[in-house]
Amino acid sequence: MAETKELVLLNCWVSPYGMRCRIALAEKRVEYEHKEENVMEKSPLLLQSNPVHKKIPVLVHGGKPVCESLVIVQYVDEAWPDRAPLLPVDAYGRAQARFWADFVDKKIFECGTKLWKLKKEAQGEAKKEFTEGLKLLEDELGEKKYFGGDAFGFVDIALVPLMAWFRTYESFGSFSAETEAPKLVAWGKRCMERESVAMSLPDPAKVYELVCYIRKAFGLE
Amino acid sequence: MGEVDTKGVVLLDFWVSPFGQRCRIALAEKGVEYEYREENLLGDKSPLLLESNPVYKKVPVLIHDGKPVCESLLIVQYIDEWWPHRAPLLPADPYARAHARFWADFIDKKVRPPYADASYVLWKLKGEGHSAAKEEFTGILKLLEGELGDKKYFAGDAFGFVDIALVPFVCWFYTYETYAGFSIEELTPKLVAWGKRCMERESVAKTLSDPHKVFEFVGVLKKRFGVE
Repeated sequence: MAETKELVLLNCWVSPYGMRCRIALAEKRVEYEHKEENVMEKSPLLLQSNPVHKKIPVLVHGGKPVCESLVIVQYVDEAWPDRAPLLPVDAYGRAQARFWADFVDKKIFECGTKLWKLKKEAQGEAKKEFTEGLKLLEDELGEKKYFGGDAFGFVDIALVPLMAWFRTYESFGSFSAETEAPKLVAWGKRCMERESVAMSLPDPAKVYELVCYIRKAFGLE
Repeated sequence: MGEVDTKGVVLLDFWVSPFGQRCRIALAEKGVEYEYREENLLGDKSPLLLESNPVYKKVPVLIHDGKPVCESLLIVQYIDEWWPHRAPLLPADPYARAHARFWADFIDKKVRPPYADASYVLWKLKGEGHSAAKEEFTGILKLLEGELGDKKYFAGDAFGFVDIALVPFVCWFYTYETYAGFSIEELTPKLVAWGKRCMERESVAKTLSDPHKVFEFVGVLKKRFGVE
């Protein structure tokens, strides 16, 4: 039985990847221990649980680690199949959901990172890819309530941590989310009405503060 | 434009693409009949490809009853889920599935053919980044060998998802060795032995390209992109 084994999430509060896991676990109403990692000084448990990438998030279930946020979310969905399904039932729907979640990984969060890590002159390509990515996602969302239709699911979970990071990306990428992606902003607000999302996303102002600090500390100004 | 029947399975592919080969192996393992359509990676993309994969405009694309599925590992999972009654490619247990997805994702990110990444420095015979690229590549092979261990296949006795993710690159070994100047057999003998075991499977043997043809193809690419 999934419930009787110990469940620990190794995470860092600001990580959009970690937020995905927290949302999935909250949707499934699963209890777990949250261990905050200091990414500058990784714990022995983290290094042992994710020797390949040495990164958070890691979900450790009954001593067995699962790594990579989208793999973790699928694992949570499959280990607790009796409630709140996160992926569609049909194979084609699942393939579509996985496709868009993967797209979010490549075009939103990977690009978004470049927006604040690179100096302004180097950002051009990343900003173009990012804003194009937003437009494609808006097209995919269309007039639906969530990406999967009426039910909150995998693609929503993959993307919604953007709501905590939008302010940061806007600031360093010099664009306005409301102008570039108004449907996504509205969708984000709808998602924030869900308890699982509201309790898993940090204050965007705090994310911005941390990124400013990191940029100064690493001379990215 | 849509000259394909709306029923049935079509695979848009390119002969040497390891990503396409993953799909071909999966379809063969499942005994699924399909129409193979060759796209010319070095030429113009067909209207069907552009329509079926508007986001990335890349092969492979599986079109099933008119509906496209893109991204090779997603296609393999779709094939596994649509035809579940034969040759399961992913294990039943959620933890084992997560483990398989992790390693397939690792292979997807770290083991790439040269045309997939413009800056893939290993393909240049000399140059600054060459020895760093070589070291990174040997590190990746060693990690994979560590994960394989003494098992027959990555998941144990059954050929599956991780094997399918990696095995198309076995026909690239000769090319890697020639450009990087090392012997993969010496470096990771278990991995080479695993490759040979996989080649005993009909699905793999009929799919993988002749290693010398792969080498020739890379030569064409290098000329085309002026890489020396």
